[in-house]
Amino acid sequence: MRVAVLGMGSVGRGVVAVIAEKGLGLTVTGLADSKSGLIEPEGIDLAAALERKRVSGRCGDPAISAMEIVKRGDYDVLVEVTPTDIESGEPGFTAIRTALSMGKHVVTSNKGPLALRFRELMGLAGEHGVQLRYEATVCGAIPIIQTLQHGLAGNTVQAVYGVMNGTCNYILTRMADEGLTYEQALDEAREMGYAEADPTFDVKGIDAALKLVILANTIWKNGATLADVDCTGIDLLTVEALSLADKKNCTIRLIGEVVPEKGLLRVSPRILPKKHPLVVRDNLNAVTVVTDLAGAVTEVGKGAGSVETASAVIGDLLFIKNCHVEGH
Amino acid sequence: MKIEVKDAPGQLVGALQPISEVGGNIMAVIHEWDPTLRPKTRVVQVVLEITDERLDDLVRTLKERGVSILGIGEERLLMKRSVIMIGHIMHTDLSDTVGSIDRTGYAEVVEMHVTMPGINQRSSALLTISATNEDNMERAMEILRAVAREKDLLLVETMGEAA
Repeated sequence: MRVAVLGMGSVGRGVVAVIAEKGLGLTVTGLADSKSGLIEPEGIDLAAALERKRVSGRCGDPAISAMEIVKRGDYDVLVEVTPTDIESGEPGFTAIRTALSMGKHVVTSNKGPLALRFRELMGLAGEHGVQLRYEATVCGAIPIIQTLQHGLAGNTVQAVYGVMNGTCNYILTRMADEGLTYEQALDEAREMGYAEADPTFDVKGIDAALKLVILANTIWKNGATLADVDCTGIDLLTVEALSLADKKNCTIRLIGEVVPEKGLLRVSPRILPKKHPLVVRDNLNAVTVVTDLAGAVTEVGKGAGSVETASAVIGDLLFIKNCHVEGH
Repeated sequence: MKIEVKDAPGQLVGALQPISEVGGNIMAVIHEWDPTLRPKTRVVQVVLEITDERLDDLVRTLKERGVSILGIGEERLLMKRSVIMIGHIMHTDLSDTVGSIDRTGYAEVVEMHVTMPGINQRSSALLTISATNEDNMERAMEILRAVAREKDLLLVETMGEAA
């Protein structure tokens, strides 16, 4: 199956490296970063492209743009792994929309386009009889979208609760374990590479809220957007609050929750008993789906990291390959 | 609930049995010995959890079995839930915050720990609230959320009845 990859950040490089190493029956015929691109209908030399990216910061020819690859490329599936923009969803939105309109399948890790215009994009995919898959947008390596769409098919989902941001979880774990202040724990998260220079997106709960919107749309197709989420981050938490929770044998985690019956779409710090299944450590993610038939199902795993997120992208690619390209 | 049973073997068990039969949950049984009572009888106080509808069934069953009911007490505060408040808790009138719950009549603040790292720094307080039932607990939490919004305090709630 032929694949075009847009984005050579951490996730894109992870995807390309896994394909280069494992093959998996995938041939990359188009590849682009923000400054250059490559089109090779016979298959790109991925090791060479990764090396070029590492040395020069460009993977290919500056004369070839990402959009050119989308429009002109010879591929079955577009892998769109460019950075998230929560205001416009661009450039991912246009790339995804264009590919779907051309009857190409799309796999993305980009939360922006899905959180902003979920129904529109899924509608477009349906219209053209192609797949739009986005496992990597929610909780990294945890196959929560597959679980919801296929594993728990036939169940009525009553609620979803989760620790959906590894950076916040790392900060809270360090504050509770070591008595660090919020600022100290954030600095440490930056040093470890878990937090960005500007951590607002993570610590204000916005990243978790985007994932919540995508989950809500996946399950209930309700057209929820970021504006519908009641969102409180962890940036105002004190180390004293964590030690007070400790007195009750509890701790604090940033929890995203969707409870349709109560019309609830909320991200907020919550007190949980230390033995609660959602009390995971460091930068792990965890998500519990409450259903009528299966009861509560909890999945735990790495929410970020280039190889872990690539795992979700590769899983989507192979799903399309097995079920939609070669499966019929 | 206060009941009077005969001071004879098996009488108490016979009086308590209907409680579990109608789906009640016995939380405590307290024997009282009162010399002014008729000889050979004992007064027993039973603390139980039971819905209103089933309470009627229980009263009927006990009467049928010849147990005298001396009184049925008011609802006790059975549910507890803890929250943490962060912000300028003292400067925004802590007793008014606590009073907003205590004044309801169906919920009250039963425990509080406050940590104040410095005069101009934000304080953190752990409040444990008791309420008569789940609905009243939710009403009390709504009041607390409104107070927190008004006073610009961060309210960290428990997941369900976690703590």
